[in-house]
Amino acid sequence: MHILQQILFVLALGGAGFLISKRIGIIKKTIQLGRTEDRSDNPSERLATMIRIAFGQKKMFDRPVVGILHFVVYAGFLLINIEVLEIVLDGILGTHRLFAPILGDFYGVLINFFEFLAVGVLVVCVIFLIRRNIVKVERLQPTRHRELNGFPVIDANTILFAEIILMTALLTMNAADSVLQDLGSEHYHKVGTFAFSGFLKPLFASWSEGSLIAYERITWWLHILGIFAFALYVTYSKHLHIFLAFPNTYFSNLKPKGEIPNMPDVTKEVQIMLGMAQPDANAPAEIARFGAKDVKDLTWKNLMDAYSCTECGRCTSSCPANLTGKQLSPRKIMMDTRDRLEIVGANMAANGGNFVDDGKSLYGDHISAEELRACTTCNACVQECPINISPLDIILQLRRYQIMEESDAPASWNAMFSNLENNQAPWKFSQGDRFNWVEGVK
Amino acid sequence: MTQEIEYKVPTMAEMMASGETPEILFWVGCAGSFDDRYKKVTIAFCKILNKVGIKFAVLGTEESCTGDPARRAGNEFLFQMQATMNIQVLDGYGVKKIVTACPHCFNTLKNEYPALGGNYDVIHHSTFLQELIDAGKVKLAGGGEFKGKKITYHDSCYLGRANDVYEAPRAVLEALDADLVEMKRCKTKGLCCGAGGAQMFKEPEKGNKDINVERIEDALETGASTIAVACPFCMVMMSDGVKNKEKEDSVKVYDLAELLLEAM
Repeated sequence: MHILQQILFVLALGGAGFLISKRIGIIKKTIQLGRTEDRSDNPSERLATMIRIAFGQKKMFDRPVVGILHFVVYAGFLLINIEVLEIVLDGILGTHRLFAPILGDFYGVLINFFEFLAVGVLVVCVIFLIRRNIVKVERLQPTRHRELNGFPVIDANTILFAEIILMTALLTMNAADSVLQDLGSEHYHKVGTFAFSGFLKPLFASWSEGSLIAYERITWWLHILGIFAFALYVTYSKHLHIFLAFPNTYFSNLKPKGEIPNMPDVTKEVQIMLGMAQPDANAPAEIARFGAKDVKDLTWKNLMDAYSCTECGRCTSSCPANLTGKQLSPRKIMMDTRDRLEIVGANMAANGGNFVDDGKSLYGDHISAEELRACTTCNACVQECPINISPLDIILQLRRYQIMEESDAPASWNAMFSNLENNQAPWKFSQGDRFNWVEGVK
Repeated sequence: MTQEIEYKVPTMAEMMASGETPEILFWVGCAGSFDDRYKKVTIAFCKILNKVGIKFAVLGTEESCTGDPARRAGNEFLFQMQATMNIQVLDGYGVKKIVTACPHCFNTLKNEYPALGGNYDVIHHSTFLQELIDAGKVKLAGGGEFKGKKITYHDSCYLGRANDVYEAPRAVLEALDADLVEMKRCKTKGLCCGAGGAQMFKEPEKGNKDINVERIEDALETGASTIAVACPFCMVMMSDGVKNKEKEDSVKVYDLAELLLEAM
């Protein structure tokens, strides 16, 4: 019986490991489709940013109540994993509570602490479900935000339910275990009653030893298989932020938010036009593409941003365009980018690792011209993101494609461009009149 | 009380011809040169510079758009053409330090010209005015004109979030002894006026409200009779917002430099 459980466990672990690493492979490969951009400078500042923003969740605490609630789930996630390690080792070795004899009295303290966290996670997940579905926090409502319709809403609720189930399994498993210890059941060595599951013991008081063992085993399996399934699910979900928040903040933009990155390809052309440089005979005849039409034209960091987004909507709820009823939603920009990346990833997986053109692109098929044109580049979305994602960087690269490759601008922008070219001002004033204001200084 | 002084606005060309080097170049910007409302800000700032005795110069007709709206609209070629030509002019005069009253010019000159070879020490006029006040160079008349008067400050995105300049404009207002009241959305959470990212030069996209109307409601909620701004685009948008709400008689929009000059 034991050896069968061990074999099943190792198979489940191996299967989960295989599927998860395959998914990680696809995610990594699609991120690498992006343009190169060097973000390896200032390692100490980057590390400090990651510690502050990801580990310390500094920006989450801008809204203190939600900040604390989120921190409970985060701490629970990080620390309960220590118990998962024990469960995995127990599963492989066929042992029960492997760490108990090693840690002695401290084991009880540790499990009590985990139970405290588990109860915290459970309570917070219930609060989060209430916020989403009963209190109806505006930024989380699909009726108001079209990008949330369908999978995103299901995804968000699924994660919260899954965490509640996992924590319930953990707590009732401990309770059944404690009752079995009291009965002096074989294999269930004395580790004591734990702080929170102790309250659940009366539920199991009248159960037979056989049903208790069955329940303890079922919840043990439910807990660990649940964790495997959850880990795999996370790679398809917005919940991927639990891992990617760390590299994503490490590779944050460290420059002033107002700075738009230069396009060196254009610099070269401009210098040739102005007679400041000679055309390079060895240069490729044509530059690949100005700006971004599809995901592979964006930088790898833009793509990592897309996978890291948790769809919390703080960006959208602070966006002046969105607040005044325009089509633009910075969250949708991130979700569209990920959706397109997932399509590209599936395409590559189906075609032996190479992308076969599907005639579609991020710009046009996912993000419209109208959305892009509504942006005021105010950086509110960038400021608000708890893990330093920049929707603005993607918007601006798509605008470059729109203007430079498709010459698609509103008439008033074309007028502004021609004023700039002819009068060196965005309005139709003569350059010679530029200093006329001096008459007013008297 | 104010002594009569002869205001002077020398150009870089004149300075160079007489073998002089100014401490700062005042970059006026297109709005400061052509927009009737913002020309008043340009004039006010020049008067302050004269009063304080700063040796400055402007480019006059040699100045041209930094290219900011072109780059933000997506027209990188046009931006780089403008920037490259401006850098040639600035370097030709050996310009080291630039002060501008436009946050968009400020951001572009400071953050985006270095990648094209233009390296200058660029500050916004709010920071410059704060420095003058801190150094005791600005003598306030002490008439208490602003004492107890409610002023609210609207953060420009290109000063605030884009470049983390939040305190300098507020320090200038506090020096006026005014009652500075904050809007519910301010500093990092300040709401855009709606004109950035080249929106100034087009009609807004379809929606249910204009951004400047949304913003002016924040400002009016404070009960302030003066809305202070530090950006030519914010000036236009906030003034239009006041008009939209038919409050022109009771609420005025001023730039920091205008307010400071008033108190000198």
